Amino acid sequence: MTDTPLVIAGKSFTSRFFLGTGKFKNKKDLSDSIAAGGSQIVTVALRRIDLDHHEENILEHIPPHVTLLTNTSGARTAQEAVRIARLARASGCGDWVKIEVINDSKYLLPDNQETIKATEILAAEGFVVLPYISPDLYAARALVKAGAATVMPLGSFIGSNQGIKTKEFIQVLINEIELPIVVDAGIGAPSDAAQAMEMGADAVLVNTAVATAQNPVVLARAFALAVEAGRLAYLSGLPLERFIANASSPLTGFLYDDIPTN
Amino acid sequence: MNIIINGKSQALTTAQNLSDIVSTFCKQSRHVISELNGAIIPPEQWSQTLLQDGDVLELVTFVGGG
Repeated sequence: MTDTPLVIAGKSFTSRFFLGTGKFKNKKDLSDSIAAGGSQIVTVALRRIDLDHHEENILEHIPPHVTLLTNTSGARTAQEAVRIARLARASGCGDWVKIEVINDSKYLLPDNQETIKATEILAAEGFVVLPYISPDLYAARALVKAGAATVMPLGSFIGSNQGIKTKEFIQVLINEIELPIVVDAGIGAPSDAAQAMEMGADAVLVNTAVATAQNPVVLARAFALAVEAGRLAYLSGLPLERFIANASSPLTGFLYDDIPTN
Repeated sequence: MNIIINGKSQALTTAQNLSDIVSTFCKQSRHVISELNGAIIPPEQWSQTLLQDGDVLELVTFVGGG
């Protein structure tokens, strides 16, 4: 079975596995993980340059064919997110931006209202905007109106590896929102990624699980396979979950006179 | 004169343009983005941008992130 490519803002991708670049122990693990996972979209962040210590620039370790998605991490308001996005675009490294507006330091939950505001401003300025939200139908609809290119609902708390705790709410977005749905945050194991894809998500974004694994490169490959497996399962027309048993083998037909039928 | 670079006060003995500042303070200028008093200055304007006393300069670049 052949899949159609994932299309975001008119650009086609064969990989549905986005990789975040934070927390890797070293840059070689990062570039090898991008290769092993076949990711075509990777996220980066912006930060003040440390004037006292020389650091290698992350972009030197990301192959040029990969689409860079700069996040607005650190932004607490729409205005701060807009400022970060404009700075990122000024680098000449593209205009794809993941809007991430977070006010809460304990749960790191995104502020959907501010995210919608930032999306509206940046989409009007021609940015390709991929907003990160708590899964909420009304917020997602507002993002569609605001000109978002995708909607990225969280599976569970950032960096928690808890998997898809918001399953039903993400399913609502998959069912109701026309834009690509990219499940972001909390995906801790390839089985979580497969689950999101089986549900009909268009892609997943993983960072912490891969970056903090003992062998990130092997886990990146495992994630890529899980994403593909989940996607194929979805395309196969996965049968629905049932709450009663349903025999897989035919009943023998000769052991009882009164064969139970239901 | 003094300018603030990335939140820290720096004393400059001579008038300098932004291009000089970036090469003095950053190990490399590739992928450096500058914001002077809240306005983004593209690299092609760095050499014509003269720093003034009290200027607030932000120099940022890309790092790993999710």
